[in-house]
Amino acid sequence: MRVALFADIHSNLDALTACLAEAEAHGAERYAFLGDLVGYGAEPAAVIDLVAGYAARGAIVVRGNHDEAVLAGDTASMRDVAAAAVDWTRGRLDARRLAFLEGLPLTVREGEALYVHASAEEPEQWTYVSDEYMAARSLAASHGARYVLCGHVHEPTLFYTSAAERPVPFTPVPGRAIPVPSHRRWLVVVGSVGQPRDHDTAACWAMLDLARHTLTFHRVPYDWRAAAAKIRAAGLPEYLAARIERGE
Amino acid sequence: MAEALQIGATLDGFRIEAQVHSGGMAVLYRVSGPPTGFPLLMKVPRLGHGEPASSLISFEVEQMVLEALEGRHVPRFVAKGDLAKVPYLVMEQVEGQSLHEWVARAPLPAEEVARLGAAVADALHSLHLQDAIHLDLKPANVMIRPDGEAVLVDFGLAHHGQFPDLLAEEYRRPIGSAPYISPEQIAGGRSDPRSDLFSLGVVLYELATGELPFGRPTSEGGLRARLWHAPQPPRAVAPGVPEWLQEVILHCLEVDARDRYPSASQVAFDLAHPDHVAVGDRGRGLRKPGRLSVLRRWVRAVGYEPPEVPRASAAVARASIVLAAVASTHADPAQADAIREAVRRILATGEHTRLAVVSVVRPTPELGGSTREETASRQRIRHLVALRHWAEPLHLSAGQVAFHVVESAEPAEALLAYARANHVDHIVIGAPPRDVALRGMLGAVSTRVAPDAAPEPLSFFRLLGTVSTKVAAEAPCTVTVVRARTS
Repeated sequence: MRVALFADIHSNLDALTACLAEAEAHGAERYAFLGDLVGYGAEPAAVIDLVAGYAARGAIVVRGNHDEAVLAGDTASMRDVAAAAVDWTRGRLDARRLAFLEGLPLTVREGEALYVHASAEEPEQWTYVSDEYMAARSLAASHGARYVLCGHVHEPTLFYTSAAERPVPFTPVPGRAIPVPSHRRWLVVVGSVGQPRDHDTAACWAMLDLARHTLTFHRVPYDWRAAAAKIRAAGLPEYLAARIERGE
Repeated sequence: MAEALQIGATLDGFRIEAQVHSGGMAVLYRVSGPPTGFPLLMKVPRLGHGEPASSLISFEVEQMVLEALEGRHVPRFVAKGDLAKVPYLVMEQVEGQSLHEWVARAPLPAEEVARLGAAVADALHSLHLQDAIHLDLKPANVMIRPDGEAVLVDFGLAHHGQFPDLLAEEYRRPIGSAPYISPEQIAGGRSDPRSDLFSLGVVLYELATGELPFGRPTSEGGLRARLWHAPQPPRAVAPGVPEWLQEVILHCLEVDARDRYPSASQVAFDLAHPDHVAVGDRGRGLRKPGRLSVLRRWVRAVGYEPPEVPRASAAVARASIVLAAVASTHADPAQADAIREAVRRILATGEHTRLAVVSVVRPTPELGGSTREETASRQRIRHLVALRHWAEPLHLSAGQVAFHVVESAEPAEALLAYARANHVDHIVIGAPPRDVALRGMLGAVSTRVAPDAAPEPLSFFRLLGTVSTKVAAEAPCTVTVVRARTS
């Protein structure tokens, strides 16, 4: 079973369609969307429609903090640009699309894998898994899952556990299938589809092969010029357009 | 895990034929299975009571790294068994002899040490280009094929930059083989390809002298001694060791990785061209460095931190070997200048780039007796003088540039052979004059139309025109074809 993983799409339809096309070409059999479908980008409705179509065909979709903020209208904990994007997004979603976001669970457990947006420890707190310590806490709260798959942090990282169950971070090389045998535990930060931040403009996604126990991180160049132009045309903060142009 | 597999039993389609080795960490079996065109070896880790957990992690590392590696310098990977069920690794059984067997006959003549050392350096370079570092190089982990090529085996301590380093966090204590381990590995460093060059230096020392430069330390303190005690110079141990070989060996054994050769290909280059080794104090010394030097070394050792290293392949890329194909006769001065300028720009981009200036000349005509020898030698010197003069404006140090006059009637083949044998990363070669390409084509056409009527001048131009084309088409690396700007 090959599961294609997508996180932090952030209303970037151009990036998402590029990733989905590549995932299909790589033989994806299952799709998982790890939260933050919306926020920042200019095409929230189209992204929700696309993801909802996959969900109707059995894809896993979990809720992210931006999705929740759009539902609740609560941007108190957000920075200005994020808050502005959330407010803008709220005005662009009809009841049907809001209901889709409303129906998203915080976590999905399926077999050896746990799908979650941020840390598995109190997922509603949206804690960033940004170091070994946070990775250890997320793994500890994952009820024995061998693979914890998340986003929220936009830089792709693989945490693997040593014999002492201490997670160690690894920055993956795109396109290289990494053996992830299930006698160890693995925490995967997939990286962002719609707003990469590691100084590479290419969109991130990953493929977890649960039969062969391999994980491959991928990068897809996409038309970020078009996505940035849409952000500007929508009147969203200039910073959000500049960010995807620089990949930071 | 059972201590031994039954002979005749079958595991995942592989039939156990015979046990060929029983070591501390693993047992090796000869197996048969699906046809691969080469003999198969199965490695099974010892995992019974009393076996350290580290041997399983090591085995996991070896499974992962070997599967990812390619080329003639590693055993070909065939299959692996799930660690949670029956862990095993099936790979090519390398034909040849262990380098360990040469150690038993050491000290060996310098030429043989250089030949074996260059073969091992070739193998290391192939590994480093793939982002992998062996980290346990020793004679027992090198096989020499019947054709003289080296194959590295046992990747249980290896580091591969494209995979998680499962060993990085497991050990606070140094891992490796005590006589061969590099100073930075003692300090826990696992990401510097030059660690393998230090171990190669120990192997070269051992082959050249029959002794180990740092003995066989059994304590961590004993291991650390190599940080401040320089080894006896090889020539003090075995007087037959030439200065150039000592220079190479001690250059590999520098404590600070930044003072070592920057890449295995450059070690191989020096071992293949002893006359181009820039021999300095390191090569000439017959005594251990004095107390002052020990003190200096010690002071550095106290604050010792392994240098930061990017991916192995990136580090190696900054230490490239550039080949400049220069005509030593009938030269077009504008083109010779243009080639030099192109080379200057390439050298400016690399930190440790070395330049090989190569000229291919036609074989000296047969004149008979000693006259031929004399003529050939005079010719050779004349060409070398021209090449050295060409390179003077680049102001390169002796160790940074080498000059070669190659006799061949097939210039393109000769350049390509040189590039392959010396791991050249970039070839700079002159383009034919602009009209020659066209006339060369005409020559080719006329040859096809009337094979006997191809006029001599055209075929000569055709030859000229096709050297750079052929080199560009078949080179194992980047080729820059240079043409002087015309008005």
